[in-house]
Parts: sequence; C-alpha cells; structure tokens
Amino acid sequence: MKYIDDYRNPETAKFIVKDIKKSAKILQDKDINVNIMEVCGSHTMAIARFGIRDLLPENINLISGPGCPVCVTDSGYIDTAVKLAESGVIIATFGDMINVPGSEKTLAKCRAEGCRIEICYSPSTAIDLAKKNPDKEVVFLAIGFETTMAPVICMIDSAVEESIKNISILTAFKLVPPALEALTSDPELRIDAFLCPAHVSAIIGEKAYEPFVQKYKIPCVIASFEPVDILFGLNCILKQIINKTPRVENRYKRVVTHDGNKTAVELINKYLEPYDAAWRGIGVIPESGLKLKEKYSTINTEFKLNVIVEKGKPNNACKCGDVLKGKIKPDECPLFGKACSPINPIGPCMVSSEGSCAAYFKYSRH
Amino acid sequence: MEDKIQIAHGSGGKLSSQLIDSEIVSRFGEGPLKGLPDAAMLEGFKNNIIFSTDSYVVHPIEFPGGNIGNLAVHGTVNDVSVAGGKPKWLSLGVILEEGLSVKTFQKILDTIKLSAKECGVKIVTGDTKVVAKGQCDGIYINTAGIGEAIEGFNLDKNLIKENDCIIVSGNIGDHGMAVLSAREGINIENGPLSDTGSVHRLVQNIQPYAKNIKFMRDPTRGGIASVLNEIVSNTEIGAILDSQKIPVAPGTNSISEILGIDILSVACEGRMLLICSESVSKDILNEWHKFPEGKNAAVIGKINSDKGRVTLSTVTGGTRLVDVPMGELLPRIC
Repeated sequence: MKYIDDYRNPETAKFIVKDIKKSAKILQDKDINVNIMEVCGSHTMAIARFGIRDLLPENINLISGPGCPVCVTDSGYIDTAVKLAESGVIIATFGDMINVPGSEKTLAKCRAEGCRIEICYSPSTAIDLAKKNPDKEVVFLAIGFETTMAPVICMIDSAVEESIKNISILTAFKLVPPALEALTSDPELRIDAFLCPAHVSAIIGEKAYEPFVQKYKIPCVIASFEPVDILFGLNCILKQIINKTPRVENRYKRVVTHDGNKTAVELINKYLEPYDAAWRGIGVIPESGLKLKEKYSTINTEFKLNVIVEKGKPNNACKCGDVLKGKIKPDECPLFGKACSPINPIGPCMVSSEGSCAAYFKYSRH
Repeated sequence: MEDKIQIAHGSGGKLSSQLIDSEIVSRFGEGPLKGLPDAAMLEGFKNNIIFSTDSYVVHPIEFPGGNIGNLAVHGTVNDVSVAGGKPKWLSLGVILEEGLSVKTFQKILDTIKLSAKECGVKIVTGDTKVVAKGQCDGIYINTAGIGEAIEGFNLDKNLIKENDCIIVSGNIGDHGMAVLSAREGINIENGPLSDTGSVHRLVQNIQPYAKNIKFMRDPTRGGIASVLNEIVSNTEIGAILDSQKIPVAPGTNSISEILGIDILSVACEGRMLLICSESVSKDILNEWHKFPEGKNAAVIGKINSDKGRVTLSTVTGGTRLVDVPMGELLPRIC
C-alpha cells in the first residue's frame, strides 16, 4: 500500500463525503447540530490543507482544540528561553518555536543577534550538540504532548546513560486526556464529540480515553492525519451520534493499539510526574502537565541553571484563549489578518504551523 | 524593517520581498530593473541583450544531485532563458573561505565547466577573492549571464487573462528537499535528488509558440506558490491549481510530508513555470516531453477570476488557499 497516495485517493474521499452527507441529513431531520472538536494541531492543519471544512454540511461544525503544543506554551516560557540564550547557553529546539513571541522578542531575533539557537528535527540532535560543544551548556526546549515527550525522554535517557553532563531540558509537557475533561466541563462550550489525535494515541493507546468516555458519554474517534482517514473518522463520529453509542473507536489501527506504546509510557513514567500545568489561554488544568521528578534535577534546566519560568504578559486584545477553547473561530478575533499575521504574530495560534489561526490564515482566509 | 538581517530575509517569502522592495527597488527600481524581471532587457543592439546576475550561498556546498557549481551555472542560465533569451556568456566570481580544500574547489570548477558546456555558454570573465576563516561558508559564487533575446517572445504578465494555462516543466520541490535533507543529515533510500539543471532547451524549442506565451519563470526560493502569488497579487485575476496534476517525485513528497513542509513553497533549480493561451498548451507540452528535463511537464492549473488569490483543489474535492511562504521553512514539531 502506498501510504500517502492511497490515503489521499480522490474516489475514496468522494465516497466518504457522500456518506457523511447522508449521516448529516439524518441528524438534520432530527434538528441536531453537531460540534466536533479536533484536538490535535496536525488535524487542524490537515483539515484546512485539504479543504475539508467546506465539504461538510452546515449542521456539522468543526472546532479546533488546544492541540498545538507551541500554542499552549506560556509566553513566560519563551522569555526564559530567550534569557538563557542571551546568557550564552545553546538552545536546541523544534523549528516552530523560534518565531513564537515572548514578552519582548522571539528566538529568531536572538539568533540574528548572535545567540546560538539550533533547530532540531529530532531531540537526539541535542546530544550531538552537547558532545560537539563540551564547554557549553545545551538546553533542549522540551514542549509538547505525549507524542514529543517520548523521543525527548529517550534522548534524556541516553544522556543519563552516557553521563553527558552539559545538557538539560526546560519542560512544558502537556497531557491530552485531562484537557478533554476540562473542555467538556466548561459550561461555555458544547462539544458533542472528539476527533482524537493520531500520534498522541500511538503512545497512550485507546485505553487512555476509556474512563473519559465512560464518564461523559461523548464519542471519541481516533483517526490519522490523511484526508481519507479524517473523513472516515468524522463519519464514524456521526454514526455513533445517530446510533447513540458513544465509545472509543480506533480508526488508526495501523499505528494505534489498545494499550499504546508500553516502552514509551514506562520511560515517561520513570522520569516524569504529573503536576497542575498552566495552558496559555485556558488556565491551570489539574494534573495536565508532566515535569521531571526531583531525583533528575541535574537534567532539569530550572534547577541546574537556576532559572524560573514566570508567567508571561499576554496581549489582552489577542483572543487565542477563546480560539484554543473553540469558543470563536480564528477570523472572529479582531486582530486576525490585521495586526496579527504569520509575519507578525501576536498570539501563539498564529505562530506555529499547526496553530488554528495560522491554518485559517494560510489556507482559508478570504 | 527589522534592525538585523534574519535568515527569513533570504528565504523567498514575504520578508524577502519586504527587504527587496524597501532597500533595492527603492534605490534601483527604475529602468531595466523595473518590475523585477529575472533578467534585464537591454535595448539598442540588433537583437536585444538579456542580462542577469545571481549569487549562490548554498549550504551544504555539495548535496544529492549536484553542488554549488551546477547551481551557479544553471541558476543564471535559467534566469536569462526564462526572460526569453538565449544565454551566451557568463561571468564567474568566487569568494573562497580560507581553509577550503583545493580538491573540493577543483571539483566545483569541473562541474562548472561541464554545466557551462551543456548549456552552450562560455565563461568569459571572472574574479577570485579569499576571505579569512569564518567570514564565509566554504565558497560563495556569483555569476552574471548575458544572452540574446529570442525573437517572438513578448513576455508581459499584464497580458495574462482568465482561462490561460499554467504549466510546469517537471517535478517540483526536488532541489529544496534535497538540500534540506543533506543539511540535516536525513538519509532515506530513494530520497530527493536536486533537480539542478538548465531550461534553455525548453525555452528555445517553444519559440514557434512565443506570441501566445505570456509569462515564464524559474520557481526557485518560495517555489511555485511564491511565483503565482506574485503574478496575481493586486490584479483582477487569480489562479487555481489541481493538486492531482502537480508532478512531485515520491521521495520528495515523503520528505516534505515528514517535515510538514508545503511542497508548493519549496525551491526548484531546474524547472520553469509558464503561462500561455490554452490554444498552445498542448503544443508546448509535446515539445517539452521530447526532452528528459521536460518529460514530466504538465498543465497544473488555470488562471481564473478569483481576484488576487491562488487556490488549490484538493484530493477530497475541497479547495484551499495557496499562500506565500512567510520566511524560513520550518519543520513542524510533531
């Protein structure tokens, strides 16, 4: 099977869209409007990139959730990274982070001023950097959900095993399931179903969503990021709603198992422990973040280099918080496309290639 | 303007055009440079002279499918060609970093010699400078090219109208993804190979259809997304592309998917994008399909009346905007 081509087959897509329209009609006849939240930023981007939103009938509404790790990272975190870079530390980071505005500047600007900001495709690059620069301290910006957590922790595990002393991680890890619960409990929101992330689910498995579905009786369908997968996932959601059978449905079985990636989960549990994390725009969600356990403080940048991540100063006109919660669509923000665009992003949702605002701006603006 | 030059200022996106507009066009933007053509048309000769220059600072200097030497010849030859010219002479200026291995330099010069021969151009003037270690990245090259205008071409983007065809001469994005893979040490089997190559034969062989050809460009930095947006911005026309018609090599597609980079924004170095009346599109394809560098040529879209917007019809049957890349192409986090 050709992975990309077959999951982008126009005939298959057309067939599923037809069936979605049928399902939507059944719901419309019962006066039912459906709000589906796609939690993951990669889903948001793929939906925009393949023009999926425009294909859906009016009573099916897609809401973009808080699943872009860059977007939910507080600006205070960037300020700390900037401070570290300016003190001579080598900052190793995923590419999306370098344009995120802190309170005063971006890491891209620091780089232009002569600071060392190294873009990594894989966290393991940070180890190479540490080995090549033994007299320098390397800090890896460890943000992300369960997907990115796993390779970062593998990198840290290797650093510990190889006794590499000049590397540490500045963590702002977030967890998906607690966010689903917080969004569902928000009285200002009405979410009828979740399109659950693909790669996060590969780590945590189907079972991670089961307690949530049992408690809230909301359909959770796991789907990949290819257009045919997304359409199929959406159709499965509609069928669950029609049949009133909310459950966890795994439509990405070629990668996601019931129990997830046990090795990754064990490694994550070895190094990290839950804490009440602050999400930009959403606030503090109980036990929704993971931080390094105390016994690993030598690889924890905050302890090792004695820095504190303070709360950033957000721009009050920026509505990223409401966008992240799905309360408004990106183009309903007064700054969208005017003061705030990817070339001059004010809010984080406009910065990351997976941010809801960036997806709207890049693929759907009029 | 920012107070410091950032990488994104050289990436072919919006920041690049801001820099060019505010600093270059404002000072030199009259005369042959007006409208920023790929090469200048110099009047007053029997056939007009076409003149262009470009600088090459690629890192790494060798990459799958070529090296900085191929690029320095092909890039300038292509700029002269897509301006409707037959390239004849090149200048060659090199800036070498102290410590560069002579062997590497020789290899690059051999490549330049061979590429120039293949393109039918002669290197007729040049210059070499060496700078201290750390002041450049191995080798930088500047080439300038002079060619003769081919009779019949009257390229003018103001002539483009609704229903005109958009044609690319081959697979897109190979060069950008090959360089990115080499730079980041991404080694995959059957990975992307740079398409660095010359389009001079493609241009010279469509001369019989010249009067129906309105626009030609080599889509380098910023890819076809940048070129098309530049054409339609501030006009009454738009463009619609068909995602299923755009030729992309499987390895290049895979890498761009893995890194989350939009292939439409990725640089080509041996391709051209052409806009012509529908009446000659088949003839042009027939001509191009005769050459290896044009064997995958295809009509990828049409000009429409969607004012100032470039859109793409996707595999799902939906439509989306094709935007100009903002600056540096950054791989996504996950």
